[in-house]
Amino acid sequence: MGMTMAQKILAARSGHAEVVPGQLIECATDLVLCHEITTPAALRMLEERGMNRVFDPAKIVAIPDHSVPAMNIKAAKMYQKLKSWVQEQGIHHFYDVGRGGIAHVVLEGSGLLRPGMTLVSGDSHTCNGGALGAFATGVGSTDLAGAIYAGRVWFKVPETMLIRVTGELQPGVTPKDLVLEVIRRIGADGANYLVMEWTGDTIDRMDMEGRFTLTNMAIEAGGKTGIIAVDDTTRAYLAARGVTPDLYTEYTSDPDAEYRVVIELDASAVEPTVAYPHIPSNGRVAGTDAVPITHAYVGSCTNGRISDLREVAHILRGRRVADGVQMIVVPATQAVYQQAAREGLLEVFVAAGASVSYPSCGACLGMHSGVLGPGDVCISSSNRNFVGRMGDPSAQIYLASPATVAASAVAGVIADPREYAPRQEVA
Amino acid sequence: MPRVHVFARDHINTDEIIPARHLTTDVESELARYAMEDYDREFVRRVRPGDLIIAGADFGCGSSREHAVWALRGAGVGAVIAPNFARIFYRNAINNGFLALECAGIVEAFQDGDEAVLDLAGGTITNLRTGQTLRFVPVPPFALAVQRAGGWLEYMREQDAGAAGTPTPPSLNTPSTEAGHGHPGTPQEDAHA
Repeated sequence: MGMTMAQKILAARSGHAEVVPGQLIECATDLVLCHEITTPAALRMLEERGMNRVFDPAKIVAIPDHSVPAMNIKAAKMYQKLKSWVQEQGIHHFYDVGRGGIAHVVLEGSGLLRPGMTLVSGDSHTCNGGALGAFATGVGSTDLAGAIYAGRVWFKVPETMLIRVTGELQPGVTPKDLVLEVIRRIGADGANYLVMEWTGDTIDRMDMEGRFTLTNMAIEAGGKTGIIAVDDTTRAYLAARGVTPDLYTEYTSDPDAEYRVVIELDASAVEPTVAYPHIPSNGRVAGTDAVPITHAYVGSCTNGRISDLREVAHILRGRRVADGVQMIVVPATQAVYQQAAREGLLEVFVAAGASVSYPSCGACLGMHSGVLGPGDVCISSSNRNFVGRMGDPSAQIYLASPATVAASAVAGVIADPREYAPRQEVA
Repeated sequence: MPRVHVFARDHINTDEIIPARHLTTDVESELARYAMEDYDREFVRRVRPGDLIIAGADFGCGSSREHAVWALRGAGVGAVIAPNFARIFYRNAINNGFLALECAGIVEAFQDGDEAVLDLAGGTITNLRTGQTLRFVPVPPFALAVQRAGGWLEYMREQDAGAAGTPTPPSLNTPSTEAGHGHPGTPQEDAHA
């Protein structure tokens, strides 16, 4: 029986010729990503047990992103803990505040994460990196501690769900809409314990930024990770970062690989999709109901990239955010921020009446810089709309593409971005 | 006798179990004060040491925060029993030696406040009010080995010590590794006793 690409990576990194779903393995970790929320707990565990060591400082990447710039004294201490550990252990891949941003987005573009690698992090959206043909998955602090200490982690070899997408995404419809549609179909635990492997001509034509949005959301269907095979788009993306093919291994699924389930999707039939409260699988077509909103948020590891900000600017240029709506735009990284500045996008946002904030996870998980109050209604380009996710438990969160968020911010109600054609002149 | 707290809804997520606003600590006793806060603010006042949570499917979905396990354990919860669990919560439970037991039909078999007998060796849970006994999916041998060691880090440390000649848990990569037992999330035909 053939193997899926996920099986092949896990086999290679656990020293097996072959692995089968359900098999327990100990797997080498090629990269361990550390942020300041879950890493301090891992470090405390190691210290308490006299295990305070790093298996290979060159394979650790440290990026504070959740509560930075420090939102309070406790957060400042967690940041300090990460920073002092990085210094003490000689970890060079440290992207400090002002030089990094949201960890997953910094990492994807850093050239450090490469096809065929295994990546773990104490963060559920680690699956983001699977778009590079790597096996990337989120774990808790204990697993993180073990990976820091020994460079290995236990896995039960997962089965794979194949998602084959064919046809053209229609104007105004984005990869975010596609992944929200898939989660609507399969449910918020529809891929529980499964790898979500994306394939098909729609994926072939999609740029890397769109692919990251797809793999990023795997966890919202319960997936162990999302993964996409390497192609010329991937190779070009890596080459632009100095990563040539001799520096990585490409794995592809065998033609006779066994899939738990195969999902077929016609991309041309997907419409702008909004996930209604309080679960990402609660998708409906944007504009079905003109739900009044108080907040609009563009950002997060799911949709805070330069292509996302361009989509937002296309709609906001020459328009104003509706009175009564607070819009915040958060570039995912310093690099995105700088690029947005170069392209004049930040000016568009400010002119439209949006607040532009620094790279951070803050608002997405209700930690800081955009926390929702009682009864607030937010449309968000982020990944989760659980009760209390962005602040008060009575707040309502609707998930959508950056374009739908922008259109809704202008309308003051949840709107269909296809009805907001770009304008050139300021109204 | 442990009492049960029934949280019947599916997809109870880690944001509800321990909201992000409390993640600036990893001290279990502090986290315990906020366990289940965004699902049921009164829970921490009702729960007694050893009580059980019975919950709907996909318990613990969302964020990878291990704080969810620590908050529940800190609050005195002895085990969570649900039809199945979200993947990261389940592995966090294993790594901490915390009991997350998979049991089909569990939500329908209990009401809030019922008393239960949990027979770990026998793999059953009995509702003392109704007399109904349900069988849960056996805890995987690997999880039991981790629990015996005191947690995943202790298990790893023993393995490393074993390289220097002392008894040790075998690496999962040795050929004798058993495979394919109780896949979390896979309903078992014989789940009902």
